[in-house]
Amino acid sequence: MHILKLILKNSFRHKLRTSLTVLGVTIAILSFGLLRTVISAWYAGVEASSASRLVTRNAISLIFPLPLSYKEKVRQIEGVKAVSYGTWFGGIYIDEKNFFANYAVEPKTYLAMYPEIIVPHDQMADVLRDRKAAVAGQKLAKRFGWKIGDMVTLRGTIFPGNWDFNLKAIYQGRDETVDETAFFFHWDYLNETLKQTAPGRADQVGWYMVEISNPRQSAEVSARIDTMFRNSLAETLTETEKAFQLSFISMTEAIVIAIQLVSFVIIFIIMAVVANTMAMTARERIGEYAVFKTLGFGAFHISGLIFGESIAITMTGACLGIALTFPVAGIFARQLSNFFPVFIVETETIYLQLAASVLVALVAAVLPTWRAVNIRIADGLRRIG
Amino acid sequence: MKIPFSYSIRNLWARRLTTVLTVSGMALVVFVFAAVLMLAEGLQKTLVQTGSYDNVVIIRKAAESEVQSGVERLQASIVETQPEIAMDEDGKRLVAKELVVLIALPKRGTDNPSNIVIRGIEEKSMGLRPQVRLMRGRMPKPGSSEIITGLSIAKRFEGGGIGESLRFGMRDWTVVGIFDAGNTGFNSEIWGDVNQLMQSFRRPVFSSVIFRLSNPADFDRVKQRLDNDPQLTIEALRETRYYEKQSEMMAKFLRILGITLTVIFSLGAVIGAMITMYAAVANRTAEIGTMRAIGFSRRSILAAFIVESLFLGFIGGVVGLFFASFLQLYTISTMNFQTFSELAFSFSLTFGIMYKAMAFALAMGFTGGVLPAVRASRMNIVESLRAS
Repeated sequence: MHILKLILKNSFRHKLRTSLTVLGVTIAILSFGLLRTVISAWYAGVEASSASRLVTRNAISLIFPLPLSYKEKVRQIEGVKAVSYGTWFGGIYIDEKNFFANYAVEPKTYLAMYPEIIVPHDQMADVLRDRKAAVAGQKLAKRFGWKIGDMVTLRGTIFPGNWDFNLKAIYQGRDETVDETAFFFHWDYLNETLKQTAPGRADQVGWYMVEISNPRQSAEVSARIDTMFRNSLAETLTETEKAFQLSFISMTEAIVIAIQLVSFVIIFIIMAVVANTMAMTARERIGEYAVFKTLGFGAFHISGLIFGESIAITMTGACLGIALTFPVAGIFARQLSNFFPVFIVETETIYLQLAASVLVALVAAVLPTWRAVNIRIADGLRRIG
Repeated sequence: MKIPFSYSIRNLWARRLTTVLTVSGMALVVFVFAAVLMLAEGLQKTLVQTGSYDNVVIIRKAAESEVQSGVERLQASIVETQPEIAMDEDGKRLVAKELVVLIALPKRGTDNPSNIVIRGIEEKSMGLRPQVRLMRGRMPKPGSSEIITGLSIAKRFEGGGIGESLRFGMRDWTVVGIFDAGNTGFNSEIWGDVNQLMQSFRRPVFSSVIFRLSNPADFDRVKQRLDNDPQLTIEALRETRYYEKQSEMMAKFLRILGITLTVIFSLGAVIGAMITMYAAVANRTAEIGTMRAIGFSRRSILAAFIVESLFLGFIGGVVGLFFASFLQLYTISTMNFQTFSELAFSFSLTFGIMYKAMAFALAMGFTGGVLPAVRASRMNIVESLRAS
């Protein structure tokens, strides 16, 4: 009990220095948490993918389409429950800065495959009645202030022209891990237009979404699909939705690794700062430690004092940092919603922050402790500042 | 009356552990700061050198990049006949109708595929890009399934080396040469005969037309003529502008990342320097009192302490830059969000970045040291002599 009291009293002997150190730890732990959250936001698409969905795309690369005729062939394959298809439209709303994902899909079957996307029944019926209808995510509609019934015009980049859509439905995610910034519309609308303007590009889809009856059979079903189209004009590559999403991330792997490295660097920097504080503290109190030794306290007590102080200071900062992570992440989520549709602080991040701060506290106290324990009593009593 | 410089330096030497810790914190910050600047610079270099000012790129209206674009044969032929196009030594026009598509290739040693640009080239494609030279092997023969690969593809992708072969578009393509395009984006591309590639990918349209202007100032005239031609649905861009546009998003991303990291990190380092300097002042109260009593002015004490913290920053800057200079050996390869294709660029250290990083390090030292130095210079002589 007395030891604890002494540790706390010691910690705040130097108010300015301690508060600076606490501030430093707070900033470091906060930014560490934010960087980890950026990384988990990067993987949000992977986390949200379902094991029972496969993606079939052109084997050359995603920019090559597949013929519409594949749909029925895929549907007959053993183990396939449902097939739908979509095309990346890549349209721009007013300005390039307003980027959001927009897909031409067959709405009835496509959205049925995504139970996590919730569209109210009456709105869905409206969407199916109107060929120019579109479905937008709740966050997206809020961002541009769209209401149901509004007309939204996208400027095509891959498919030239201005395309008008009637916003007939706004979807919500089942939970907060669902991307609510996407925009879906009728693939038929795109196709009918293409038949008139560029007949060579009609009746093609970007990819097929395949729902399988047994998620454990994903490998076999994928192989069956790809074998069927081997040596055809458009060979396919089928993989689980997770693998498909991961392939995007592996392309930007360098950035993810850089952010991870930086998040560790910040821990190193703060380690240096805390170690510095502890080194000074121990240096100032060498005389006191010598007195402790004279009274018969051993190395165990002295190291306990220094480690305790290091932990007390670091943990104060860490708790503040962790507490601040949530509101700051909230601000970031609003600011970066077009880069990261899903930006949530995971529990794992909190554990990592705690682990990092404990590590910092322990490492920072090692050298000063070693010095304090090994000093001879007479030297310690003689030494000044 | 000035306090000697060596006084400040020896003070840092007196508390070695503290000095080393503070300097290493600062060095890490400078390292990160320089690394981000070097990345942005490397990206800039890659993209600016990819395009040349007197070349014009023609893509379909509203297309953001060559990959999305499609220029029909008829329209491409109209573009080819523009009078402003430069002639080569052999009297042929310097113009190339090209095809650009993406193929997914696995990197060597992993099975992670990346999207690689594959470019169908014509006879003049090489001449239009003086920065590209054939390093090894030979050019692909027109009408054959032969390709040449850029240096970074040859190094990092499965089947990209000379004599190896790649399979796409239902054919095997043999690599007969490797080209080096210096610091440019072409290094992450594969080139082959345009007509062969159009056949095998079944794309009846070109992606872009590239030509050189005989007089760079003619650009506006050509652009106007092409814009006003009712048969054409294309837009003309200077090549430099085209490549700049391709990387705006990436550059912006690096900028945002750089600024946020630098701000957060420098806060940490400044706090570290402050702690060190405050402690230095507190420990030396009696010393400062003595100096004041001897007759050193407040100003020289302020200067001595500021010099000390500037010196901390200086060492931090030097150490950080020393380690950052090794980053030049690394190449970053990532996906460019806008073109959806592989882009490789390296860290590049320039004098400008060195100055900036050093200035930044000194600024950190100054910010950390100024408050403690002020405190030191304001001490009351009698009271500080009493303290021990």
